[in-house]
Amino acid sequence: MPTTSRNLGRHRARWLLLLAVLALLASACGSDDDNGDAGGGNGGETASGCEVGETDGDLALYNWAEYIDPEHLDAFAAEFGISATMTTYESNETMLPTITAGNAGYDVIVPSDYMVGIMIDGGFIQKLDFDAIPNASNLSDDFRNPSYDPTQEYSLPYQWGYTGLAVNTAEVGTDFPRSWDVVFGDFANDYAGKITLLNDPRETLGAALKALGYSLNTTDQDELNQARDLVGAAKGNLLAFNTDSSDELLTSGESVIAHVYSGDAFTQFLETDDPSQYVFFVPEEGGTRWVDNMAIPFDAPHPCTAHTFINWLYDADQGAALSNWNYYGTPNKASIDLLDEELNEFLTSPDVLVGGPDSVESIADTGDFETNYADAFTEAKG
Amino acid sequence: MTALSRRAPAEDGIATPEFEAAHERQKRWRGFLMALPAYAYLLLFFAVPLGIVVVYSFGTRTRFGTTELSGWNLESYEKLGRDLVQQVLFRSIWLALLTTVICLVIAYPFAYYMATRSARVRNLMLVFVMIPFWTNFLVRNYAWYVILGTDGPFSRVAEFLGFGPTRLLFTQSAVVMGLVYGFLPFMILPLYAAIERIDGRLLEASRDLGATGYQSFRRVLLPLSMPGVIAGSILVFIPSLGAYVTPDILGGAKTTLLGSYIVTQFLSARDFPFGAALSTVLMALMLAATIVYFRRGGRTL
Amino acid sequence: MSTSAGITEPRGWFRRVLQANAWLVYAFFYLPIVLLVIYSFSDNRNVGVWGGATLDWYREFANDEPIKTALGNSLKIAAASTTVSVVLGTMAALALERYKFRGRGFFDALLYLPVIIPDVTMAVMMLLFFAEAAKILGFSRGFSTITLSHIAFSISFVSIVVRARLAGTDEKLEEAAMDLYASRWQAFRYVTLPTIMPGVLGGGLLALTLSLDDVVITQFVTGGGWNTLPVYVFGLIRKGVTPLINAVSVVMLVASTVLVGLSLLAQRIRGGEPV
Repeated sequence: MPTTSRNLGRHRARWLLLLAVLALLASACGSDDDNGDAGGGNGGETASGCEVGETDGDLALYNWAEYIDPEHLDAFAAEFGISATMTTYESNETMLPTITAGNAGYDVIVPSDYMVGIMIDGGFIQKLDFDAIPNASNLSDDFRNPSYDPTQEYSLPYQWGYTGLAVNTAEVGTDFPRSWDVVFGDFANDYAGKITLLNDPRETLGAALKALGYSLNTTDQDELNQARDLVGAAKGNLLAFNTDSSDELLTSGESVIAHVYSGDAFTQFLETDDPSQYVFFVPEEGGTRWVDNMAIPFDAPHPCTAHTFINWLYDADQGAALSNWNYYGTPNKASIDLLDEELNEFLTSPDVLVGGPDSVESIADTGDFETNYADAFTEAKG
Repeated sequence: MTALSRRAPAEDGIATPEFEAAHERQKRWRGFLMALPAYAYLLLFFAVPLGIVVVYSFGTRTRFGTTELSGWNLESYEKLGRDLVQQVLFRSIWLALLTTVICLVIAYPFAYYMATRSARVRNLMLVFVMIPFWTNFLVRNYAWYVILGTDGPFSRVAEFLGFGPTRLLFTQSAVVMGLVYGFLPFMILPLYAAIERIDGRLLEASRDLGATGYQSFRRVLLPLSMPGVIAGSILVFIPSLGAYVTPDILGGAKTTLLGSYIVTQFLSARDFPFGAALSTVLMALMLAATIVYFRRGGRTL
Repeated sequence: MSTSAGITEPRGWFRRVLQANAWLVYAFFYLPIVLLVIYSFSDNRNVGVWGGATLDWYREFANDEPIKTALGNSLKIAAASTTVSVVLGTMAALALERYKFRGRGFFDALLYLPVIIPDVTMAVMMLLFFAEAAKILGFSRGFSTITLSHIAFSISFVSIVVRARLAGTDEKLEEAAMDLYASRWQAFRYVTLPTIMPGVLGGGLLALTLSLDDVVITQFVTGGGWNTLPVYVFGLIRKGVTPLINAVSVVMLVASTVLVGLSLLAQRIRGGEPV
């Protein structure tokens, strides 16, 4: 082969290599910058200065699936003469990276409690301008200044519910302890292979921590290890770790005791021929009260539209319409009287919250300890 | 470039050494040009992003779950030595191997049979293999839910046959079945593509020369279809190793497999460096294995 | 279309075994699909409980704007990514099987990586990459980023299937065609392409399926207002599987079957010869 050709070829290869290296370098440097942003926080400090009812463009909502009636969203758009689109996610953890990466294009997001804390710390959501949200005065006192947003500057609750146990009384009877023993104690042996726990490290280890009398936000490794062993021991009696269809497994008879979210359980009960056959309760040792919140990403393209949307949903009628469609609890005290009766009964029943209001906690971010929870859950499963 | 190299070889027709060299050169250039679009595409939209992941694997998880890149370290790679990681890895490899072998055993005769039919039937058969997969894969998984549950058709059949009600749902068998279902087309397609081009006269000749059916399969058909076997095995083995939706849904998430372990790191734990390190090592091992496997497969031709 | 004699159909018991296997494979493939179709007509919110026949779920689908938009998005993305990846993947396969060139080894390895990479890793890396790129170029995520990502993994699948077809086929045929004064294009069009067509078709079907099914990567690289059907369904399943999702799947099934049917038909008309 003539040398000229070889040189030419080598040249080309070198060129490509150079390009690739350059591209890699550029991206590596870029990532460094990104990290700077992430740590420092682009948002946080800016209050929008929007007028009440002001819109500055179309609304892009990033929300959980089936959490708002599409027609309800259209009604908002029509009222303000803009258009509204929605993209859906199925976990806080898939939502977070898309926001932190920046430029996601969403105006309003709906993170859960602990995720709000994470996003405030990281500077990924901006302070709300409460002058533009006069309806925020409709917020129930129960939900003011939550632990994850103690000064209530960044978020407003969207909907809420409990995590607890649902039991098929036709199989188990009504005479069972309203306690986590139902899944973690000897009681569970009678229903081996008929029990499901949520497939979520914080919820399921949290339940075990509560059963042991600890906080579900513990950062004590010893307590966490005990909880891990409790879940590990309960595994033998489990049908499955399941989050998405634990409610259906219960009503289809595949399971008789299920660790579930209250809203899922409640709506699922209503689908059956005899809803009274099932009970939902938060065990006496306590459980989770979760709150999903509306927040505005640090780089939201239309912050004024976002504020207007939040204010609109805090109207008494709109808040009730939201809950009457998705059947979760409303944090809007002006909406409570407008709720469907069966929903209101369920939310306020004393049989649901066995240990009283002080027994429930919200999940909070534990910082470095999050990886310990993830590892403990993996170890518990074996 | 010389003028010579621009001319098509057929026009010259004289095989001088210079001409041969120019022809060779031109051929290389043409090959390079053909590869260029995909090459450039993958460099930009795959290699560069991959570089970011590799960079992240040397970073540190911050308290907030973001990644600190300054202060490179190997901590994430050290975590790979844990017992837990190895358990998860071996369990996943075993399941993926089992899935691959079952797929191969089912798909080979199927692809062979397909190759013996007329062109029109073959294409129809191929399309009918793919149609089920144009529904949503989650929905397919949930359909298996119903089939394998206590009241499902599978259990009914088992009961009818005198085995008593059998719930396959949330067992390892259900996971393997789900994986086989999901990845069988990945085995059928390359196998079919490889078998279809084999000259049937070679098989007939082997039989004429007194080979038994098995011998003719073992010595003629199998070696000739080896590229398809290899491509299919890789397309099944690797995705099953990383699968997590099917094991979680059909297996009840009762054991941790590699795919869900990696997902846990990136999502629940928000430990990007460890997730990135796990992926980087996994990919390096798989790539090495793939290349060795392909080279060896190539040589047996 | 095949240049060499194909494998003749076997006879006797062997043939019956093969036939039985094929029917069993199809039964396996279609069992969940049949169930899925049946329950899409069931008048009970829970899949698995038959509640009498109804078309309500299809009516609900017809009135559900988010789902219809998501379905449209999915089909658009799948069509675009399949077309591009089939062309690029086939060219790559030809280059690798037929030519030696510099960087071939590296390219070979690079082509396997998208198959090897775990979904979630690819999802995270594409997100980080597009986020960086957007800082320089200032685009927002959506159709383009989803399609670009789908092409990135589809190219590899196409090229692997096409290469399995190409490996060991005889390139002398093309040389012979050119000796007989066929242009390079004619040789490709009338000799090479028909030979590799089953591989190209298989690769294309695979690429289409992968694009229509992808959740993990899509949900990371999507942006304001962009939902694909699988991402939407993934979210819906959190609230329970209802026959609505089945109905959507049936529509998707019909839509993609029609899409593929039309493209096969178009190919046949243009090519003048059955593929």
